[in-house]
Amino acid sequence: MFGWEFPPHNSGGLGVACFGLTRALSQLGLDVIFVMPKKLNVGAPWARFVFADMPHVKFRGINSSVTAYQTSSKTSMMSIRRNGAEIYGNDLMSDVLRYALAGREIALEEDFDVIYAHDWLSFGAGIMAKEATGKPLIAHVHATEIDRTGGRSSVNPDVFELEKEGMEAANVVVAVSEYTKQMIVKEYGIPASKIRVVHNGIDDETMPKPGGWLPRLRQLKSSGFKIVLFLGRVTLQKGPDYFIRVAKRVTEKNPKVVFILSGSGDMEGSIMQLAAQLGVSDKVLFTGFVTGPERYEMYAAADLFAMPSVSEPFGITPLEAMKTGTPVLVSKQSGISEVVKHALKVDFWDVDEMANKILTLVDHPGLSQTLSENAVMEANRLTWMEAGKKVDSIIQEVA
Amino acid sequence: MKSVCFYFQVHQPYRVKRYRVFDIGNDPEYFNDRGESDLNNRKIVEKVARKSYIPATRLILDLLKRYPNFKVSYSFSGIALEQIERYAPEALDLFKQVVETGRAEVLAETYFHSLAFFYSQPEFERQVAMHRELIRKHFGVWPRVFRNTELSYRNDLAHWADRNGYAGIIAEGWDPILGWRSPNYVYKPVGANNVRLLMKNYRLSDDVAFRFSSRSWSEWPLTTEKYGQWLGVAEGDTVNLFMDYETFGEHQWEDTGIFHFLEALPDEVFRNPGLDFKTPSEVIASYEPRGEIDMPSVVTWADTDRDLTAWVGNPMQEAAIKAVYNLEDKVLDVNDHKLIEDWRRLQTSDHFYYMCTKWFSDGDVHAYFSPYESPYDAYIAYMNALSDLRLRLEKRKA
Repeated sequence: MFGWEFPPHNSGGLGVACFGLTRALSQLGLDVIFVMPKKLNVGAPWARFVFADMPHVKFRGINSSVTAYQTSSKTSMMSIRRNGAEIYGNDLMSDVLRYALAGREIALEEDFDVIYAHDWLSFGAGIMAKEATGKPLIAHVHATEIDRTGGRSSVNPDVFELEKEGMEAANVVVAVSEYTKQMIVKEYGIPASKIRVVHNGIDDETMPKPGGWLPRLRQLKSSGFKIVLFLGRVTLQKGPDYFIRVAKRVTEKNPKVVFILSGSGDMEGSIMQLAAQLGVSDKVLFTGFVTGPERYEMYAAADLFAMPSVSEPFGITPLEAMKTGTPVLVSKQSGISEVVKHALKVDFWDVDEMANKILTLVDHPGLSQTLSENAVMEANRLTWMEAGKKVDSIIQEVA
Repeated sequence: MKSVCFYFQVHQPYRVKRYRVFDIGNDPEYFNDRGESDLNNRKIVEKVARKSYIPATRLILDLLKRYPNFKVSYSFSGIALEQIERYAPEALDLFKQVVETGRAEVLAETYFHSLAFFYSQPEFERQVAMHRELIRKHFGVWPRVFRNTELSYRNDLAHWADRNGYAGIIAEGWDPILGWRSPNYVYKPVGANNVRLLMKNYRLSDDVAFRFSSRSWSEWPLTTEKYGQWLGVAEGDTVNLFMDYETFGEHQWEDTGIFHFLEALPDEVFRNPGLDFKTPSEVIASYEPRGEIDMPSVVTWADTDRDLTAWVGNPMQEAAIKAVYNLEDKVLDVNDHKLIEDWRRLQTSDHFYYMCTKWFSDGDVHAYFSPYESPYDAYIAYMNALSDLRLRLEKRKA
């Protein structure tokens, strides 16, 4: 299994997904060799803790200094096939290609039946491993370049090509949602018959832990403010600008609502500017990137968690919020909206409807209470083990 | 002799449109959706009339003409009749012709298809009185048998019907209540004097209403012969087949053969010399009660729970129904017909049903009957409309 990141050294949902899925597969009795593009010290205390209940997993790292969620340069899988081993360059695409080459080496050394690759970053390694061994490849798509960039016109063509090539080379493509499946069919021309939908899960182990101390939040709550929370990368895909517009619409009707924007990203500056322009700087609090217990407290303190994503293949943060009993509002342009019933759902562009829902929720405890009670039950049913079972049967099918 | 007793429920609510917070104070119309969605009451009533009310009633009328001993009964909510009169007058005309035959009984209920009995008895009585007047106006008859919204029933409701001179009252023939007894007899409600209780045979009713077109049902396809045989062997004096009228043509589409089934049924029944058709009043007059029925808590005809939890089972539903009944005194205090009417239309049980979140066990039924994307959307529209009503009320008083 080729991945890119793994908790706690990860910066997004991909690592959490790899962790949850690997652990479930291991508990189902599969032997997993998990490969990452960096050296791994599995003897480190965090690793012993994390891997303690994964008896069938062997971890392998390679040397590379890469992080996910960057963008990149001009090289292609074609060029590594032509030029062989030497790749110079310090950008993300070079790392990806170096990883692809390492993938071939590792595939030739190890004994296994199926190759499994997560997202474009490791698709190269998957393709090379398949070419080297002839073994079947499963490509798991957690997000596409189209989601990340907000539309076909601004995609990075190299990334797009590598995604497409990986999915074409794969025997089966796993999509994290029906929403993503449709996108893969439409934008990448992959036949629907080759794609299986496996929704992500959420486990207590991958949840942030309680115990954070956020006096400012408590102070707001005790003075009777209702809190609407955004938590995610501050980037086009996540719709932070819609969050600010909603803040404007809501607070002009109800000044006792505050909006908290938690996260960092390339749009931070412009979002702060937008808040100032709309005159809601005092209604929107920016916390920067928050993790661990503070993240948990943030979820728990919020009266509503909002994910106004423009295009969200899945969306694990609403599930985390639901687990803490906080009602969620999600855009219909997301995988999570097809999975959960007990959520408020809106089109990301419909600022008025988002405001309508938020304003009604803060005024009517019956609504938040019903959402909260059902959300906890629903989130508890969506486990990684369920996802693991589906992936297991796909592995059996191609092996 | 054993009787087949049909009662068909005709009801259409005034669905609340997508009413937003921003409409409060700006838009006093809650039920006038004119779009393509299923919140457009006019569109729904026209569609249901075309698919169900008109063809089904034509058929019933034809059967009444063909078979001099065929009998049926109907219960119409007042708001259904209002909407049918306005949007599908042809259907109302057919209903009148059916009642004119003298072999179709019309039952009593609340005008607004509400659960008022459990929240405000004075309001309940006003709605029953309004309904009586409406039935008198359209059909020239006074109902003698009472059926409460969603077949909700409790001992004290029977006592109320008893005091008010009704000959009979209708309830679900629910096994935990009946125990070893059969729903196919006339019963006496515990503590009542003259009123009699008719209980729905839900198995035989649901064979038609829910299972008729279900291919996964072991008895599919349900032929008239088979069904006639089941009626023939059923124990008791009366088989009470109570169902939504939309069963014919709307819940079970025409192409399932439901109309052919209904058309062939009287002949099948009359072929059996031990069977006849009776109206609820005739059943009560013909058969002696076989014991007492005690229902100290509410029983309805919904879900596997047969209680009120489909309407008031979660905090949203409880908050909504309390909020609407809390306004009673204030609303009735101001002399504003439109305001009172809107308030009453907001009491219709369907609004609360749309807010039901028991989706995981009873999900399909609720999803099918709700015009909203989710129970949460139903609640949001409802509470905002109610907030506007409250605002209108305050303005009137000021």
